Amino acid sequence: MTTPAVHLKSISKGRVRWLEPLIHSGLGFCTLISIITTATIVFVLAKESFGFFQEIAPSEFFFGTSWVPMFKPSSFGVLPLLWGTLIVTFGAALISIPIGLASAIYLSEYASAGKRAVIKPLLELLAGIPTVVYGYFALTFITPALKVVFPDLQVFNALSGAVVVGVMVLPMIATLSDNALKAVPDSLRQGAYALGATSYEVTSQVVVPAGLSGVMASFILAISRAIGETMAVTLAAGATPNLSFTFLESIQTMTAYIVQVSMGDTPAGGVAYQTMFAVAGLLFVITLTLNIISQWILERYREVYQ
Amino acid sequence: MPLSIELSKPKQRESLNKRHFKAKIFARFCACVTWMGTALLLILLYQIFSDGLSWLDWDFLNNFPSRFPERAGIKSALAGTIWLISLVAVFAIPVGVATAIYIEEFSKKNLLSRIIELNISNLAGVPSIVYGIIGLTIFVRGLSLERSLISGALTMSLLILPVIIIASIEAIKTVPISIRSAAFALGATRWQTVWSHVLPASFPGILTGVILALSRAIGETAPLLMIGALTYVAFVPEGPMDSFTALPIQIFNWVSRPQEEFHQLAAAAIIVLLTVLLAMNSVAIFVRHKMEKKLQ
Repeated sequence: MTTPAVHLKSISKGRVRWLEPLIHSGLGFCTLISIITTATIVFVLAKESFGFFQEIAPSEFFFGTSWVPMFKPSSFGVLPLLWGTLIVTFGAALISIPIGLASAIYLSEYASAGKRAVIKPLLELLAGIPTVVYGYFALTFITPALKVVFPDLQVFNALSGAVVVGVMVLPMIATLSDNALKAVPDSLRQGAYALGATSYEVTSQVVVPAGLSGVMASFILAISRAIGETMAVTLAAGATPNLSFTFLESIQTMTAYIVQVSMGDTPAGGVAYQTMFAVAGLLFVITLTLNIISQWILERYREVYQ
Repeated sequence: MPLSIELSKPKQRESLNKRHFKAKIFARFCACVTWMGTALLLILLYQIFSDGLSWLDWDFLNNFPSRFPERAGIKSALAGTIWLISLVAVFAIPVGVATAIYIEEFSKKNLLSRIIELNISNLAGVPSIVYGIIGLTIFVRGLSLERSLISGALTMSLLILPVIIIASIEAIKTVPISIRSAAFALGATRWQTVWSHVLPASFPGILTGVILALSRAIGETAPLLMIGALTYVAFVPEGPMDSFTALPIQIFNWVSRPQEEFHQLAAAAIIVLLTVLLAMNSVAIFVRHKMEKKLQ
């Protein structure tokens, strides 16, 4: 130990010398947390799914057409859940992609600066509303409104789930696609106008194709979000695994099933408990694949303008 | 680029009037659709306020949940949400900002840093319910933290960490390189440069990102449901190890009941939730606005 008062200057230099590497490694450790998170997700899902597949043959899980995990005789075919997720996502895409793209075109190509300043924050506000609020909206507004058109509609139904998820991802498609279209340089538009094109021709044949990578990426991100969406579909679409082509009846998505297991009294460790991990693993693989595809599209097909 | 050739060929025979008519219709269509989307927000808000406003009073804020709608309130849920968000802020903000600083200012640009960045953007796309499962397996069961506030806060922190990191990286990127060069030229170390120059300059951007991330955490329901935040809690949590409920959980509970009165209670709780979110977002917008003015 040295006396502190004597070497004041060298001590402060010394402090810097040991403080810098310490901070460096502290920051590095924080960065490590996100890596550990990913590793933990993969490890937990893989481990429990592996336990599940030792009890149940993978062929039964992936190709079985009946999902009755809780009661005897039980069967573990994931297709009804996958199908439920698929029709909700398909319906949501059918609603949100055309409307979202049209809104993005309006925002970037037609709207005046004043209107844009009103609409864009409103869309961002819509995107920030919690999903459980959309679930309430589905039950108290969308389902009763749809019931006027389709009198046989059940209280919980796939159609309402699809509509509410479509509404939910709409602002995301609109704002992301708007960013992509805004990034197309004005010189391209001016060139097309100079050739005598109308605004529709400029938009559909120059601007949208030029910003297509960003637009496509926004579609895929929205689909991935729709697949992973939980609360709104749990509240709107119900909890009945259903493998028939229907929009008017109750269905169950993969996410809604996971919620159902976690809310019940399923004891930890049994096969019924492990189904949760197998379904979540499938969900994770699907959304991860879609996210990677969207990043790949963004990088591979990005048009770089000087 | 082949665009100009495509443009002139098939359109040659179409009359000019027809083409302009088409353009006009298309513009109207896009405008209509966009306004319809925003009108939806108004319908949603109208629905919530017409259902819930009459239930909203001091008793509602100050009562515990109850089987009788006229006596039910959100005291425990509101307290749980405030506890949760404070804990999440304590966990997630330092780690998130530190990660962003490491990636932007300290790490070398190589394959490893590329993998780290890819990993973070993929984490941002993982469904929230998967985080819930991890929270249940690791925090609730693995570390035996039980169904406590701390389990909920840790789960939620993992969920919003990628959002904070990505926003902070963007904010740090906007700081001009000349500021760093000046600090280095005066003999500052890397950390001194970051602490006294880069961080203050990027502070508004980081703050905006943090507020948006926290407002996402306030509204998230699925992960809390997974880790088993109780739906009936008739006390205010007093420490991080207490069990809890939160506003979105209470809303979910009330919405899933068949009775009309509980739906109206849910609407009243949604008004409270949206007010909190709106207040936080206004701060974010205000800060961003101020920052943009400063930069100009």
